[in-house]
Amino acid sequence: MSLGRRLALIFKAKASKALDRAEDPRETLDYSYQKQLEMLQQVRRGLADVATSRKRLDLQAQQLETRVGTLAQQATAAVAAGRDDLAREALTRRSAAQQQLAELAPQQAALQAEQDKLTGASQRLQAKVEAFRTRKETIKASYTAAEAETKIGEAVSGISEEMSDVGLAMQRAEDKTAELQARAGAIDELLASGALEDATGTTKDDIAAELEKMTSRSDVEEELAHLKRALPPAARTALPGSGADTSSPTPPGAGPGTPKEDRS
Amino acid sequence: MIVRILGEGQLDIADEHLDELNALDAGLAEAVTAGDEPRFQHVLITLLDRVRAVGTPVAEDSLSASDVILPAQESSLAEVRALLGEEGLIPG
Repeated sequence: MSLGRRLALIFKAKASKALDRAEDPRETLDYSYQKQLEMLQQVRRGLADVATSRKRLDLQAQQLETRVGTLAQQATAAVAAGRDDLAREALTRRSAAQQQLAELAPQQAALQAEQDKLTGASQRLQAKVEAFRTRKETIKASYTAAEAETKIGEAVSGISEEMSDVGLAMQRAEDKTAELQARAGAIDELLASGALEDATGTTKDDIAAELEKMTSRSDVEEELAHLKRALPPAARTALPGSGADTSSPTPPGAGPGTPKEDRS
Repeated sequence: MIVRILGEGQLDIADEHLDELNALDAGLAEAVTAGDEPRFQHVLITLLDRVRAVGTPVAEDSLSASDVILPAQESSLAEVRALLGEEGLIPG
């Protein structure tokens, strides 16, 4: 037997189980309608979950993009400062962030596809539930045991199949969402550990701190040089460590704080 | 004949297309039995494309059950086996 017909039979078997549950077929109508309303609510909740996950991923992608830009700037700044080691570290981290971004992209697309499908499914189910409600009242009004049973069977089978389909779509969306939430959690951890900078810029990573230290150090040096140039030549020779007087008894870098010098 | 593509909804198929689609459907069943994933994917995509091309969407408020139900496009062979193997795996 063909695959399509086998699947159709399996879905039908599920529907007839629902029909067998009640002694009075009319009870089946109400029971089924109750289930349909519950299902609609579940689908709406499922849709909200998918949307939330997708937004979180979008936000993380933005953060990663910012991070890639920052690291590129840091690498340039480090090279300019003659710190190849820092530049290398920044480039390594940038490549890691870029890889995360590349892996995120297809998952973002997949989640968007799930969201679209689930939206379509929920609209179809909504339309069918509405149709079922009308049909249910009609069947109940004209109820005679013999004629109603077939009509009830038809209506319940139709809607039951839709519900199974929507149920499968929801399961797929939930699986995808769970998968992505695990990844999102991992990225959050990376961001929090300082390996990846927070997009708010409040956390300073070690590369930024090192570069900043270097900048402030070179600012101090520049200021010092400026002060020295501003002094008259006579005063300059009297300054220890100025570099102008090489015969100075105190070599540059060996201040009074060096214990060895004090003892000898 | 009414055909449902899981995740997409129902389509009405005119009788003249049934032979062609039945042949593809049989091919799909063979691929599942043989456990041939690449062939399964290929036949599934071909079959779904043909169904979409020749089918007319059924009104959303129709309550008819389908004569044939086809797996969703992105289904893996394992997922389809699970659908066929155990009714309990269909939620809802």
